[in-house]
Amino acid sequence: MYGNAFIDPNDPRNKQEVEESQELLDAFQAKIDNGQKIEPSDWMPKMYRKQLTRMIEQHANSELIGALPEGTWITRAPNFKRKMALIAKVQDEVGHAQLLYNAAETLGKSREAMLNDLMIGKAKYSNVFNYPAETWGDIAVIGFLVDGAAIVNQLINSKGSYGPYCRALKRICAEEAFHLKQGHDNLVALAVGTPEQRQMLQDAVNRWWQPLMHFFGPPDKQSVHSEQLMRWKVKLASNDDMRNQFLDQYVPKILELGLSIPDPNLRKNSETKRWEMSDPDWDEFYRVIKGDGPCNKERLAVRRWVKEHHQWVTDALLRPERVRTVPLA
Amino acid sequence: MHRDEAIKELLFKMADDALILGHRNSEWTGIGPTLEEDIAFSSMAQDKIGHAFQLYTILHEHFGEANPDILGFKRSEKEFKCCHLVELPTVDYAFSLVRHFLFDYADGLRYEELQNASFEPLAQLAKKIKGEIKYHTMHANVWIKLLAQGNEESKARIQSAINEAMPYALGIFEPSEYEKTLQEEKIFSGENALQTKWVETIQTLIEKAGLEMPDITILKPQLGGRKAYHTEHLKPLLDEMTEVVRMDENASW
Repeated sequence: MYGNAFIDPNDPRNKQEVEESQELLDAFQAKIDNGQKIEPSDWMPKMYRKQLTRMIEQHANSELIGALPEGTWITRAPNFKRKMALIAKVQDEVGHAQLLYNAAETLGKSREAMLNDLMIGKAKYSNVFNYPAETWGDIAVIGFLVDGAAIVNQLINSKGSYGPYCRALKRICAEEAFHLKQGHDNLVALAVGTPEQRQMLQDAVNRWWQPLMHFFGPPDKQSVHSEQLMRWKVKLASNDDMRNQFLDQYVPKILELGLSIPDPNLRKNSETKRWEMSDPDWDEFYRVIKGDGPCNKERLAVRRWVKEHHQWVTDALLRPERVRTVPLA
Repeated sequence: MHRDEAIKELLFKMADDALILGHRNSEWTGIGPTLEEDIAFSSMAQDKIGHAFQLYTILHEHFGEANPDILGFKRSEKEFKCCHLVELPTVDYAFSLVRHFLFDYADGLRYEELQNASFEPLAQLAKKIKGEIKYHTMHANVWIKLLAQGNEESKARIQSAINEAMPYALGIFEPSEYEKTLQEEKIFSGENALQTKWVETIQTLIEKAGLEMPDITILKPQLGGRKAYHTEHLKPLLDEMTEVVRMDENASW
């Protein structure tokens, strides 16, 4: 659920408009089926524009809010290497937000409107960033596992149909690969460290496991599945498929470091080749989405602080004589 | 040996300034006034912390001092030689921007001179760092101008930050007891000469931006940092910076 909050196509408010003739829709679909990318100036169905805007906006918000839990540890990173790597890493996340807001702007919503919707809690971001980074161990777990989960999601999305989003994701994935190395290096240092360091790391794995299982969204049997979104290559893999891919890649890496995973029922079914696990608490997932997570209020308060303290900068930069142009990311 | 002591003192104060200012600038990561400025401050923070690391490395390799991680993360407040300007807390973007403007112009001029120092490791490093600082000063100057010419409020905020920061900025140039040695050894012409060049440079830029240069002849420079007398802000900064590493002094991180 990094940026996958989809709009319900069955909601009457989202019914396609009359002028979307079958001819236009067929041509649009044919383009996607041919593997061509949709570009900002191309015709697109209203629902496609709406879904993509929501998805890219939410992804951008996730990058921006994602800078906060890790950002608080920049000033406490324990040596030069970790301090510089963490600043660079969090800076990349803010850079990703910038790239993604640019991509979303090509669909017609301004960055300012998106930041405002984020601040008032109208626009969402990944639930995983509503949990606190309590210790330095959390930084290792976020750097390796949360970024790892994000990469699974982003690599899949980079094969989507909207040109500006795919191009942004391509660049983002390249940078995320370095984040993963950075996270892994940090994780290993703690895993092979003193008993206290190991304990700190294990505690962090225990705390983050459920948010990580929540990360890809509710199980397929519960989630509103849209054939349409798959056909339009807006959604490219199901939540369960992505979760399964994550577990395939990361469970062995966690176990090889002698860490344990806080789910006694986690096992790979050798016949179905699918992971089985205890059902995470989905009530909590929905509670956090609705704003009642451990850090929702704090995160939005930070965005409010940023807005209030820097309105004067924005005002000074806005000159009435400057005409707004539509960016083509 | 006098030469060694003189160079060490110079390196320590430069490294400490860079580390502490880099730390302060990194506090903007994630909460900057615009995404672009957020990214810019993070870049400059990385550069500064990198400079500190390289200066401590010279101290370690050529003067038998401890390794950079120990020098950066395990010394007490009383061993730091940074100036007061870099210690002041990050509370306001106008102040951070002005601090970066004032400090980086001084830093740029310092490294420009040090690239001709008779102590080769420092001269080499200065050549490299000078190139990076060029972008810092370019950035500072663009933003000072933009905001000075933005509107009444932004102009007033920048002017007020300049007025507030100036006595602290003068503290960058606190004279050292080793200046004569540094001059004789053809390493550095001294803080006083640097300050003169700096005043000329920033006065021109400040006035070009439509702002006023404070009359520095009537200001009292905030001195003491170079002698390890610090503001009340340095100790909490160091406590925070070393919070993780202090958990276990013998662990490797």
